[in-house]
Amino acid sequence: MKLGKVIGNVICTQKVDSFHGIKLLLVQPLDENLKEIGDPVVACDTVQAGLNDIVFYEGGREAAMGLKNWFNPSDLTIMGIVDQVNIGE
Amino acid sequence: MIIGKVIGNVVSTIKLPVYQGYKILIVQPVNDKEELQGKTILALDTVQAGIGDMVLVIDEGNSSRLIMNNSTAPVRTMIVGIVDSVNKANNKGKEND
Repeated sequence: MKLGKVIGNVICTQKVDSFHGIKLLLVQPLDENLKEIGDPVVACDTVQAGLNDIVFYEGGREAAMGLKNWFNPSDLTIMGIVDQVNIGE
Repeated sequence: MIIGKVIGNVVSTIKLPVYQGYKILIVQPVNDKEELQGKTILALDTVQAGIGDMVLVIDEGNSSRLIMNNSTAPVRTMIVGIVDSVNKANNKGKEND
């Protein structure tokens, strides 16, 4: 799992059938200090995340399994909304 | 499996139901000299690890689902042990003290 911040959404009318009803969000990956790392990615949403939310997301096969219909081509899915990140000394 | 160090935790209320009841910890991988190295990852905790602990992490979905006893859980990264010590042989095959 990785941390990210929702920086926008992506609207598609024509998409694969298994993506119908799924919100697509633009996510900026973050490191543990919530600094931006790398380029933004598009992820499927399962938890009704919104703009500027910090989220954690999963990639690979687990991303597809996170959606209701598991047979879908998702490679990134948001699994939860982060309330707080604590870093030890 | 990789060895890492727990450097923090993540609090989340709204998450997929299968994640409920598990702590989410931030793990920084360590190299063979136990120095922090590489990008941090988030892992579900199954062994009550805490900040500063050296831990054993699996990054493989089927193993995680087996541990959770749930064949459809969308979970990949999990902490499955707390490391007490690591003994490494030097390149001549002799064990270091």
